[in-house]
Amino acid sequence: MPKSPMAPPSSFLWTRRVFLTLLTGFVLVPVYVMVSSSLKPLADVTGAFRWLPSGLTLRPYVDIWSTIPLARYFVNSLIVAGAATVCSVVIAVFAAYAVSRYDFRGKRVFTVTVLSTQMFPGILFLLPLFLLYVNIGNATGIALFGSRGGLILTYLTFSLPFSIWMLIGYLDSVPRDLDEAALVDGCGPLGALFRVVVPAAIPGIVAVAVYAFMTAWGEVLFASVMTNDTTRTLAVGLQGYSTLNNVYWNQIMAASLVVSVPVVAGFLLLQRYLVAGLTAGAVK
Amino acid sequence: MTTTVERAGPKERSGAPRTPRARRPGRIRRVGLPYLLLLPALLLELLVHLVPMVIGAVMSFKELTQFYIRDWGSAPWSGLDNYRVSVDFDAPVGEALLHSFLVTVGFTLLSVGLCWLIGTAAAICMQDTFRGRGLLRALFLVPYALPVYAAVITWVFMFQHDNGLVNHVLHDQLHLTDKPSFWLIGDNSFWALLTVSVWKGWPFAFLIVMAGLQNIPGELYEAAALDGAGVWQRIRRITLPSLRPVNQVLLLVLFLWTFNDFNTPYVLFGRTAPEAADLVSVHIYQASFVTWNFGTGSAMSVLLLLFLLVVTGVYLALTSRGRRPADA
Amino acid sequence: MRRFRAAAAGAVTVSLLTAVTACGGGSSTGGGSDDSPKTLTYWASNQGASIEVDKKVLQPELDKFEKRTGIKVKLEVVPWSDLLNRILTATTAGQGPDVLNIGNTWSASLQATGALLPWDAKNLVAIGGRDRFVDSALGSTGAEGKDPAAVPLYSMAYALYYNKKMFAEAGIAKPPATWAELVADGKKLSKGGKWGLGTEGSNPSENIHHAFVFAKQYGADFFAADGKPDFTGEGAVAGVKQYVDLMATNKVIAPGNAEYAQNQSVSDFAKGKTAMLLWQSASANLTSQGMSEDDYGIAPVPVQSGTPGTGAQVNSMVAGINLAVFKNTDNLDGARKFVKFMTGDEEQKVLNTAYSSIPPVKAAQADASFNTAANAVLKDTLAQSAAALPQVADESQFETAVGTAIKGLFADAAAGRPVTTDSVEAALEKAQQQMPAA
Repeated sequence: MPKSPMAPPSSFLWTRRVFLTLLTGFVLVPVYVMVSSSLKPLADVTGAFRWLPSGLTLRPYVDIWSTIPLARYFVNSLIVAGAATVCSVVIAVFAAYAVSRYDFRGKRVFTVTVLSTQMFPGILFLLPLFLLYVNIGNATGIALFGSRGGLILTYLTFSLPFSIWMLIGYLDSVPRDLDEAALVDGCGPLGALFRVVVPAAIPGIVAVAVYAFMTAWGEVLFASVMTNDTTRTLAVGLQGYSTLNNVYWNQIMAASLVVSVPVVAGFLLLQRYLVAGLTAGAVK
Repeated sequence: MTTTVERAGPKERSGAPRTPRARRPGRIRRVGLPYLLLLPALLLELLVHLVPMVIGAVMSFKELTQFYIRDWGSAPWSGLDNYRVSVDFDAPVGEALLHSFLVTVGFTLLSVGLCWLIGTAAAICMQDTFRGRGLLRALFLVPYALPVYAAVITWVFMFQHDNGLVNHVLHDQLHLTDKPSFWLIGDNSFWALLTVSVWKGWPFAFLIVMAGLQNIPGELYEAAALDGAGVWQRIRRITLPSLRPVNQVLLLVLFLWTFNDFNTPYVLFGRTAPEAADLVSVHIYQASFVTWNFGTGSAMSVLLLLFLLVVTGVYLALTSRGRRPADA
Repeated sequence: MRRFRAAAAGAVTVSLLTAVTACGGGSSTGGGSDDSPKTLTYWASNQGASIEVDKKVLQPELDKFEKRTGIKVKLEVVPWSDLLNRILTATTAGQGPDVLNIGNTWSASLQATGALLPWDAKNLVAIGGRDRFVDSALGSTGAEGKDPAAVPLYSMAYALYYNKKMFAEAGIAKPPATWAELVADGKKLSKGGKWGLGTEGSNPSENIHHAFVFAKQYGADFFAADGKPDFTGEGAVAGVKQYVDLMATNKVIAPGNAEYAQNQSVSDFAKGKTAMLLWQSASANLTSQGMSEDDYGIAPVPVQSGTPGTGAQVNSMVAGINLAVFKNTDNLDGARKFVKFMTGDEEQKVLNTAYSSIPPVKAAQADASFNTAANAVLKDTLAQSAAALPQVADESQFETAVGTAIKGLFADAAAGRPVTTDSVEAALEKAQQQMPAA
């Protein structure tokens, strides 16, 4: 028989083809709508829906920057998400290293507590958190409420639990021999961390960084309360298109595309790391 | 995997070679390092998560309306009144909360179930190499990578009653309905919400399962194939059981995230959601921010948290029987 | 090695400090005082066709103010969807703008928080005295018996805008004066893909404004004399039902309107898809959408019978924007100067012309430019047949609860489900129960 026992039967192949085709359609349609609508003239998006634009125009891409201060929001989001990611990764690596490599009293309590914060509904601590920031601001003069810093602190803490948990799993899969070799060479534990463990854990770290960035980039609730005009992020700023008297859908689609590009591009470029990171991290 | 040796603190000379497992008797050991490493994470969690949560819980015992919002400390204590109002299922407030809660449970179960099914099916289908696999995989990740507001606002555009694609296809082109339906208000809003949630969420399940599949040794499949098992049998007998530990964690995480999801319904429906799709997160938001009744809103949030704690506890208890005694 | 430890500690500290301080943007001062006499922060509401239009209108005036007083005004135009939330946040935080626009219906609720500066006799004298303002506008500045929490800035009223051409084509000689006439006219106009009337079914505020007037016409208020909510009285139920029936039974409103929350009904009117529109001071908006003033006429909002007046002949709420000062301002003196400037006769004329609203300042209102045909209807309505929304502390919860209930009723109507007196009463009962216990 020409077919090996491992080869799937044609029924499976056909099922697979059909399923993947349907799934691709399901995924693609909204993406197509976003892209095509962003290139349509206004008339196309205010009347009945058209699959094909009546004429392609780049006008929406020009207008979006003036209808609302999109550039400012973009920069704010970049600063906030970038800083939150960097800090979150650093802190998560430290914490995960401690849990993975050491056995100490309170370890179990720590991990359980950190993980349990996943269940906290955001709405519960939204008001108290912002009151806390205000009080800290009044007491110490460090502006947390309404500043990017406050938002950065908030976002980096949001992504910490999942990041720590993922990194613990990933670091567990990095063999102790590497540590021990480094220690034998004369590094302290931190030296081992930086010289040996971190480089071996790059995929996990990238996965965590991607996750942290995406969390910060897309968060709406806290951004809506904690920002003012200067520090507003994209998440809240994009609502500005919808409050106009005329809903400029083509501009909304163009703006959505523009703000998605960095995240999606980064995600796709790093997906290899993401999968590798998840492989060892999520799967213990 | 964890050593039980406490390492000497970095302040000590670390130049002398020694075997990791040896302990030097009489040596002062600094055991502070792990705590030091944990400190930033702990501090942040305290500041951003734990302390506010406790404050939120305290607020739930107060009558915190617009009269007292300027100085919440001086709001009068209302004991368990806020909780009583929330769980009095005969009165509209409690009834609405219960309804919202049940809608959320139904929605979450459906969404998580569908995300998992589609994600797992896709991961299994994408295991073998075929032409275009890399491209397809990249495409499949796009919904997850898109920021929430971009993805959801596109669906809002598609669900418009007059100008949306969904009605255009269903009504104008396929003639499946005799008049255009409403998707953003009314009963259909539940299905609209579910569609958006599944569209956005399934790639995450796909990623995790795909990662899990890579850990299954190929020899298991070969052995089964040689024993005469077909593809479907191999999936049932090998793939799914091997994925069990991954699935357990995946399902829990998905459940918690979906249950607490605020962004999706908020962008989809605005500050007040239609009854059929009144998820508990937006419901509580409305009860606190939109009606200025923060005491009740906090009480509802605490109840929500308690519910999730119970669910998680039960789930972990049920699933830990099969897990190895791992660290955390 | 030690340097790694130091490096690690350093990395964490630096990154945290960077996060916290390097990218500021927030402020941490609070308390009413005159600490910053040279600046003011002003939150303006979105009155024009877009935020940019508002900025263009206001900036020259703010520059004028700066030239005269040396105080620089930092302007932020806040969209309506955000404004109340932002005010609430600012109130809670104790930090916010110095001066701000508020919807006049919010005056009593915001007054109850204690965040706004009361305009007692002394403050009012500083801006020229209470008598400068039209009485009806003053009626919407806070609870009765208390000092106003804000001063009126722009006044608006609802009017019936009708498409002259569509009316002519349908053979209708003049705009309807009663609801029965409106329904009859609407039916004549609702054909061929066009509809008689448009409405913003998913906008709780719009719903409230109309429901309030309908209820008034049935002799009902949504609040009893003692300030307790009373949404299920016969008059209130009948009023709400009549409003929703325009879509449910009379079918003069397109079902798609149940979804509208972003002023799509104004666009529909501007494009000639609907023949009538009940809106506040829509002229500026319609012009910006390309509709010439000759294309449409303005008439008073219909009544049940007879002519508009007081009591059951009310046909509009007293709509408007008030200017308030945050108690916590650190430039009290400057804020008062700014209010004086904005409510001065000259500025009132400039701003109200730009926004096609009516000045609540008597002297400015008397100006000839506000006597055009368009403004005449609004002026008369304000003077004779407009009533203020209840000035109770729970007003904004009322708007949300009842407005959302009506949104649900419109959704029912749009889906073809029956809207009966019972179903309306049930929805309003639920809304009432959501009001905080008095």
